Amino acid sequence: MSATLTEPDAAPRTPSARPPGIPGTTSAGRRRKRQPITPWLLLAPSIVLLGVMVVYPSVVMVINSFTNLEIKNKMLGTPADFVGFDNYIEVFTKSDFPAVLARSLGLMVVLTALIIVGGMLIALLMTKLAKGWRLLVSIGLLLAWAMPPLSATVVWGWIFDTQYGLVNWFLNTLTGTNDFNSHSWLIDPWSFMLVLTIIIVWQGIPFAAFTFYAGLGQVPDEVLEASQLDGANARQRFRLIVMPYLRNVVTAVLVLETIWNLRIFTQVYALQQQGGIASETNVLGTYLFRQGLGEFGVTAAIGVFMVILLMGISYFNVRNTLKEEEL
Amino acid sequence: MSTQITPAVQRAEEPARTDLGVVGTRALRGARRPGGKRLSRAGYAAIAIVVFVCSVFPVYWMVNMSFTPPNKIISRDPSLLPLEFTWKNYVTAWTREAAPGQTDFPHALASSLGVAIAVVIVCALFAFLASIAIARFAFRGRVVFIVSVLVVQMVPGEAMMFTIYNMVDDWRLMNTLVGLFIVHLASVVPFTIWTLRGFVKGVPADLEEAAQIDGCTKSQAFWRVTFPLLAPGLVSTGIFAFIQSWNEFLMALLFLKGYNLTLPPWLNSFQSATEATNWGAVMAGSTLIALPVVIFFLFVQGRMTGGLVSGAVKG
Repeated sequence: MSATLTEPDAAPRTPSARPPGIPGTTSAGRRRKRQPITPWLLLAPSIVLLGVMVVYPSVVMVINSFTNLEIKNKMLGTPADFVGFDNYIEVFTKSDFPAVLARSLGLMVVLTALIIVGGMLIALLMTKLAKGWRLLVSIGLLLAWAMPPLSATVVWGWIFDTQYGLVNWFLNTLTGTNDFNSHSWLIDPWSFMLVLTIIIVWQGIPFAAFTFYAGLGQVPDEVLEASQLDGANARQRFRLIVMPYLRNVVTAVLVLETIWNLRIFTQVYALQQQGGIASETNVLGTYLFRQGLGEFGVTAAIGVFMVILLMGISYFNVRNTLKEEEL
Repeated sequence: MSTQITPAVQRAEEPARTDLGVVGTRALRGARRPGGKRLSRAGYAAIAIVVFVCSVFPVYWMVNMSFTPPNKIISRDPSLLPLEFTWKNYVTAWTREAAPGQTDFPHALASSLGVAIAVVIVCALFAFLASIAIARFAFRGRVVFIVSVLVVQMVPGEAMMFTIYNMVDDWRLMNTLVGLFIVHLASVVPFTIWTLRGFVKGVPADLEEAAQIDGCTKSQAFWRVTFPLLAPGLVSTGIFAFIQSWNEFLMALLFLKGYNLTLPPWLNSFQSATEATNWGAVMAGSTLIALPVVIFFLFVQGRMTGGLVSGAVKG
């Protein structure tokens, strides 16, 4: 369909040369000779932008990761030396990077699991609700989702504040004591992670819930009714009927959440500002940021590793997307 | 219109949109079993209320605190309503510098708005052209470009932050809004191309052909027939780009200082100033920053779920 539009009066179209429904790559040969330039002109701005801002720095980063480039090379204008894999070896053996990586991965697993399960439960809940209640839930989710991550973190940080936090007040009230006066949640790395998890899951669930809910709408009534008549119980119906319909959606959300949760920066950084001990709570993004400007070779090595890691996960997403699309 | 960008989600004849209130999932509602151990209507409603309260409470608390006088905020017994309502926090947030030598709210607002609006306009233009190319033309390299766009989105900007920092520094664009604009632009363009491509594909080429049969030239047919149908797509992807740029924190934190801060680093400085933090003002600032996002979100959230699932990874 798409190909015909460029030159509607161009080639005599033979049905055999152009199977219906498939964009006309078959007739592309002829068109390429006639008008090879227009699409590239249209693409040029984007190609230049992405080439300069993504491809070029990626290449530079890979090169830098094999050198001992430092800020003083930049200042003095001297070239850096090639050091082979030294940066990588240093990062993995002589720094706290392995701990940061483990923390990041662990956090990613927990966050993703909570968001997927929570999102699914809320999506299922929404299918059971009458219209008004569903609207109420949607509005709530939407507000949580729409909050800028930084604002959200600032507010949650205040709710968990050491002196005047709502949580401490609530726990005091609940236990009838003053035990939680001045209980600081962010100093201890574990409770820091708890607060962080609450913030990210709270903001992450709405996307999963809305997407799953939209997916649930695709399950045909008839199939569900038929299975019900055949005596399938609710759990069987979910596992055997609903899940196959939802598989694509769930996979997509799973991959996206995995990537996002491995890339978190704002929430961790802002929470560290509010009282966390950075060295014990860093994730990949904040660790790299706090490395600071200086040893560019080392930071580049970490960056290359991060890119490879995320590309590995993204591979499934790209593949899925391409499978879904007729290109 | 929303069906085109959401191939994974919306395929049935009656798309289950996630737009507020529009949704009707007859499917599962009809499939209830009489009896059994399912919850009653009231039970579900109760859970719904719990979910609503959990979702909304932090937002409510932010707004509540922003209207509460400072001496009441710093209290061991927080009040659940802003009983002594005050605008003072907003005045403080608006007028005070984030930290000594750093910008105040109006300048940060201008910076944020300037960068975000520029990103929206340029991004819409770039992505519009590119999406036309890949949705309407058959040419060698088309699939390669599409795959590249998808892959480029996966390259994490935070991994490259110092490489990009060096590059922008070499261009003498460090601590300038132009530098930040370029970085933001590059980060939103791939997603926008992908999303807009869905919209372009969704407008049947037959419509343009019909217009041409009726006597339009090719470009007339495009501008009169296809373009108006693409407008909603341009608006929602534009809003998405705006929100991305508005919320972006890492690069703004790395690139900007002093009087050039955009709103996120402004808020960051404002709340971690060395003197005792004025929490009422911080909450007022947070509210002001969140407000436009929340409003825009209402317009685009239905498309965002679909668009994100169908290929983007920027969050």
